[in-house]
Amino acid sequence: MNYEFDFSFLGEYGQDLWDGTLLTLWMTAVSIIPGFVVGTACAVGRLYGPPWVRKAATVYVEAIRNTPLVIQVFWLFFGLAVLSVRIDAFYAAVIALVINVGAYTAEIMRAGFESIPKGQIEAASCLALSRWQSLLYVQLPQAVERVYPALVSQFILMMLATSIMSQISAPELTGVAYQIQAFTFRGFEVYLVIAVIYLAVVTLLRAILTGLGKVIFPRRRRLGTPL
Amino acid sequence: MEPIVRFKDVRKSFGTLEVLKGVTLDIMPGTVTALIGRSGSGKSTALRCINALEQINGGELHVCGRALHNGGFDLRALRQDVGIVFQSYNLFPHLTVAQNIMLAPRRVKKIGKDEARALAEEVLSQVGLLEKADNYPEQLSGGQQQRVAIARSLAMKPKLMLFDEVTSALDPELTGEVLKVIEKLAESGMTMVLVTHEMNFAERVADQIAFMHHGTVWELGSGEMLRAPKTPELQQFVGSGL
Amino acid sequence: MLGLSPEHLLFLLRGAGWTIVLSLLGFVGGTIVGLPVALCRSSKMRSLRVVSSAYVQLVQGIPLPVIMFVVYFGLSIGGYELPALVAAGIAMTAYSSAYLGEIWKGCIEAVPKTQWEAAECLALTPVQRFVDVILPQAVRIAIPPTVGFLVQIVKNTSYSVVIGFFDLTYSAKVLNNSTFKPFTVFTIAALLYFVICYPLSVLSRRYERKLKRA
Repeated sequence: MNYEFDFSFLGEYGQDLWDGTLLTLWMTAVSIIPGFVVGTACAVGRLYGPPWVRKAATVYVEAIRNTPLVIQVFWLFFGLAVLSVRIDAFYAAVIALVINVGAYTAEIMRAGFESIPKGQIEAASCLALSRWQSLLYVQLPQAVERVYPALVSQFILMMLATSIMSQISAPELTGVAYQIQAFTFRGFEVYLVIAVIYLAVVTLLRAILTGLGKVIFPRRRRLGTPL
Repeated sequence: MEPIVRFKDVRKSFGTLEVLKGVTLDIMPGTVTALIGRSGSGKSTALRCINALEQINGGELHVCGRALHNGGFDLRALRQDVGIVFQSYNLFPHLTVAQNIMLAPRRVKKIGKDEARALAEEVLSQVGLLEKADNYPEQLSGGQQQRVAIARSLAMKPKLMLFDEVTSALDPELTGEVLKVIEKLAESGMTMVLVTHEMNFAERVADQIAFMHHGTVWELGSGEMLRAPKTPELQQFVGSGL
Repeated sequence: MLGLSPEHLLFLLRGAGWTIVLSLLGFVGGTIVGLPVALCRSSKMRSLRVVSSAYVQLVQGIPLPVIMFVVYFGLSIGGYELPALVAAGIAMTAYSSAYLGEIWKGCIEAVPKTQWEAAECLALTPVQRFVDVILPQAVRIAIPPTVGFLVQIVKNTSYSVVIGFFDLTYSAKVLNNSTFKPFTVFTIAALLYFVICYPLSVLSRRYERKLKRA
């Protein structure tokens, strides 16, 4: 094998790669909080809601978790196109990511809620806290703290999954790479470079989310013990 | 004077198992009532009925002017009038001691943060743990956690406090500090109902003792009752050294 | 049906067939590579742990579509003009082995330490200890998460669409381009994926419950 590596495209397309990286990060950042909210609402609905809410939440979670993200994205993006709804690929991607990660978050949060001892809920109720107050101030913080590492992993998986948004021409990192290799015919080198960038982004994102956890959970910061 | 709690032939079943088979008992304001008896005699269930943790199936139960047997009463108002301390403390692990105490006054009674903090410090000094205000529950010993649980309940200024075997999970050397706090509360005139295994304590502190057996109040009396039991069942219970 | 001809449906079904083929390739390859990864990850030798851990971190830190591209272009610059199935199969192997390696490492470590000690006290060799005592217990623990991961494998084969492998997703995309019926086409594709994945999800949960009861 006498292949000569040529990374000279980095000079000309460096800016594009940077922009792509930023878009990947931005797409991830704006999807995390709505995804968490959707997932938590679903978990609460599945555990404590009336039967029809439970059923609806279960259908949503199972449907999303048992079909690929790519199909969900295509369904949404090309579907909206035939309905003549013009939507930017970025927003289509974010909507799909939120719906997708929401279903996974729902399962994680459900496990979190289920792991809280009954005595905690009983104690909250005996202190005259309402159902919602108990959920918000007693159950939710404990559930999130327990499953936070799993949530971090899930959000990192979601960041990696943004790479498929190149399929609907969102100019995130993988989309940019596709463009560059089409111009330069240096596919191998281009994808090696973005593989390294993704590794860096994963490291960065993990550090940010772990740091965030320390801010959100003062108890863990001070004692370092799991609940 | 009207009793603050009135059990009248109260019945309670779990499935086919009838745990309370007609409990009749009056509790007067400002008094301490101890419920004693073997495990399975229904004493904890009777206690839990008072703040509607269990719904009764028959008879009448009046608590702080509410008829619990009729339903339709305001559960959250009842819970504000009746505090409870559990065997397993049930402190909120994600909150500091002070936050544990401030949570309900702030969210339920909507008092301000500073006022709540002052309240927390007040009840914490009552149980002798003011210096632990900003610790997390897991940094405290079992006895200290239980005292915090008592303080948390006190902060709601209840008219009546329930204690459900609050020293049963504690090492013997830690029960004393908790009992001392309860005794001090009794002296201050707080109305209390306690399920306990500490016979000496019950004899010393309680105004009335209800010995429960087979889901009924088998024998009722003052502290002296334990020295001169009338029924063979209580005789055996006291004799067994519990 | 809904504006699609039987040929169209057949076209999608053929894609689903290739999805299953690629899934099986990914699982078999992932097992062959993942098992040693799991052993190295839980090994006593530091060097093995470091190397295997680096491999897992590497694969888990790169999006699968990018791995697909790297393998695809890597093979072509190596002078191999191979079908996309090969590139996709290699990428799926890398992906599955990293995750299965992690899952199985956890299962090996979930067997109580005392079992190792007991086996040692019976004078079993290290290999015998592992094969006769630890492995049978680890396998029992490993079944539910492994079946659960099969769902991930099946779903993630859809990423091979980026290198043009004719799986269910790619077929659906092509069919949509010619029929312009995205809701019909992608709903059918989603249903086909669901039909493959959902029984595996249910099975995984059932095994998990059974294990918990035991």
